[in-house]
Amino acid sequence: MISIKNLHKSFGDLEVLKGIDLEVELGKVIVIIGPSGSGKTTLLRCLNLLEIPSSGAIEIDDHLMNFNGKEIPQKKIVSFRSLTGMVFQNYNLFPHKTALENVMEGPVIVKGIPKKQAKEKAIQLLNKVGLADKIDDYPFQLSGGQQQRVGIARAMGIEPKVMLFDEPTSALDPELVGDVLQVMKDLAEEGMTMVVVTHEMRFAKEVADEIVFIDHGEIVEKGTPNEIFTHPQHERTRRFLEQIHPLSNNNEH
Amino acid sequence: MFLLNSIFQDPERFDQLVSIAQSSLLPMVKGAIKYTIPLTIITFVLGLILAILTALARISSSKILNTIARIYVSIIRGTPLLVQLFIIFYGLPNLGFTIDPFPSAIIGFSLNVGAYASEIIRAAILSIPKGQWEAGYSIGMNRTQTLKRIIFPQAVRVSIPPLSNTFISLVKDTSLASLVLVSEMFRKAQEIASTNYEFLLLYSEVAILYWIICTVLSIIQGRIESRLDRYVSK
Ligand SMILES: Nc1ncnc2c1ncn2[C@@H]1O[C@H](COP(=O)(O)OP(=O)(O)OP(=O)(O)O)[C@@H](O)[C@H]1O
Ligand SMILES: [Mg+2]
Repeated sequence: MISIKNLHKSFGDLEVLKGIDLEVELGKVIVIIGPSGSGKTTLLRCLNLLEIPSSGAIEIDDHLMNFNGKEIPQKKIVSFRSLTGMVFQNYNLFPHKTALENVMEGPVIVKGIPKKQAKEKAIQLLNKVGLADKIDDYPFQLSGGQQQRVGIARAMGIEPKVMLFDEPTSALDPELVGDVLQVMKDLAEEGMTMVVVTHEMRFAKEVADEIVFIDHGEIVEKGTPNEIFTHPQHERTRRFLEQIHPLSNNNEH
Repeated sequence: MFLLNSIFQDPERFDQLVSIAQSSLLPMVKGAIKYTIPLTIITFVLGLILAILTALARISSSKILNTIARIYVSIIRGTPLLVQLFIIFYGLPNLGFTIDPFPSAIIGFSLNVGAYASEIIRAAILSIPKGQWEAGYSIGMNRTQTLKRIIFPQAVRVSIPPLSNTFISLVKDTSLASLVLVSEMFRKAQEIASTNYEFLLLYSEVAILYWIICTVLSIIQGRIESRLDRYVSK
């Protein structure tokens, strides 16, 4: 479904991704964890070509992209990018458009779907994320949690094969996190393929099929939530888990 | 003081001034309607188009376009408007291009507005957070679509206040067109004053007319801004 092969990304002299290999099967939820600066965001951004990898290859749904430092035509980038839907840490909603317009924008402008049809579908999506009564609100009228749910609906609007989430709840007040995670759980249950960067370890335990621990631009270890959280193989993983949840590992035993 | 003294000591002089003020009003308003206002509006529209093109050239990746735009802005901003007008009206005939006063003024002012407004628009575009571009890209838009649908509408909002200032300055700057023989409002005042030597009265009168026009424009500006503010939290 997604296959990442020997992916490298450097910013100038700084090598941020040092050869990532990862397979994600259809309908699976992968949670990426790792310390700050380890390259999690960069990896997600490479998957939807907001950053162009320095070398390696990405295959999504039989569309293969090879990277070798040569410039890739915009058309190719745009079409490959539509395979994935991106949910940003700080939502990045379009402030001059209502919730509904935010969700309709992609389908209407990019896919050329007739407005009426796009509107129906956008309403359905907003319904699904629990915002049926907010469709005509502008982003500034919405709470952070509501904005993020519009963000999810907007990303779903382009009918991506894979949804990418970059710390979707880390900008939210704690009481708003639950609603967003619930929407993501629903998506996972419907069989959406998802790659999620998050520090919400409970979500990771409950929803992830696989946890990937990244440090210094490398995959240190991956496995089921049980394997990673209760039997981490690597010292670095153990130290990271202790740092974010000093006692949680003990609680599990 | 002299004027005030003479007015208060001499009621007849007062009546005379009132009648000059009244009779000069119509020619001046005509000058405004025939030249000042059309010159301002036409120039502003042409200038804005030029400004948008220049701003796009400045943010484009094309080195050539970028350089041309830079040189244009630099020349216009680095030389006096009056000198630019003189070059177009009095200078170009030496090369065989004779342009009438009104078109000369339109060309000169448009080039001027284009340069200043392009910097405003460019700054507004650059002020839109990078995340907005990325959000546009992330739903499958290309660069042009994102610019047109996402960035530009937000940049317009940001640039309305400074552009309104440009517009209001332009109204006043059109008085310079009198020096390339456009019969706009200020030139009318000059013409009338040169016949009766009531300089203070006539120039004050024309000042008031400019002030009224600018005040009305400021009110309209306020309306537009509050309409465009509808998606921004207060
Ligand atoms: N555009 C860029 N230019 C230069 N360096 C960058 C750029 N983007 C990221 N980096 C660097 O790459 C490294 C990895 O950044 P990245 O944002 O991927 O980390 P992260 O794992 O998402 O961290 P966090 O948990 O803090 O979000 C960091 O050292 C960062 O400074
Ligand atoms: Mg990050």
